[in-house]
Amino acid sequence: MTNEQNNDEIKALLKSAITPVNYTELPRDLWPQMLRKLDERPAPAVLATLDKIPWFDWALAAILSALLIAFPGTIPALLYHL
Amino acid sequence: MELLERFAAGDLEAFEALFRTHQKEVYAWVIRIVRDHGIAEDLTVETFWRIYRSHSRFDPTGSFRAWARRIATNAALDHLRHARRETELPNDLPGLAASDPAVCRETRSRIREAFFQLPPKYRLVATLALIEEEPYNNIAEAMGISVALVKVRLFRAVRMLRKKLNSFYTEVIAK
Repeated sequence: MTNEQNNDEIKALLKSAITPVNYTELPRDLWPQMLRKLDERPAPAVLATLDKIPWFDWALAAILSALLIAFPGTIPALLYHL
Repeated sequence: MELLERFAAGDLEAFEALFRTHQKEVYAWVIRIVRDHGIAEDLTVETFWRIYRSHSRFDPTGSFRAWARRIATNAALDHLRHARRETELPNDLPGLAASDPAVCRETRSRIREAFFQLPPKYRLVATLALIEEEPYNNIAEAMGISVALVKVRLFRAVRMLRKKLNSFYTEVIAK
């Protein structure tokens, strides 16, 4: 049996149990709902900025933090060189 | 400045204009995936919330419609991943045509059960390709994957469904 025949048989079975959505008209304007959501959840500036930081910067920060936790004696030396 | 450029710069009025232009289209796409009017409305708003939040990442030279559809598809997929199975595909969705009376209720129930058990990404492809008969390239564009990968996922979905339905598949086909 080919993939097409296979798909057609399963499609016929599925469509006998789950019919396509015929009515897709939006019953009302959703802008008031959108405005409410915008008021509740204003676009977070901090999160938007965090989104833009590349993943490898996060990886470097994580590695540096891990090293500082593992070898706390290096913190004064690091501060001295900063 | 053009509407899309103003939107990309964070202009709320431009966003409202785009919302009013595209809300029906986004809703019509989402409801075909989630098959519930209330959930589709919520996901339409969620989609535009994500769009608004990501305005700075939008390329004004690109297609807003395609971008919105992809975000809507991701929102719908997130819903399928998190929602409880029994609330996802109501029996009495208004506007649906009557099912084939030749197929008995138990068989339909088992088919639906098997369908619900598909992993969300396969169910999404199967819904759009097999039930809604959406062209593969539209599905691929909406999911941000290749047409070849759509076909692979559909093949796997059909294989999983066939396996689950195997015990009574022959009986139903024979009817």
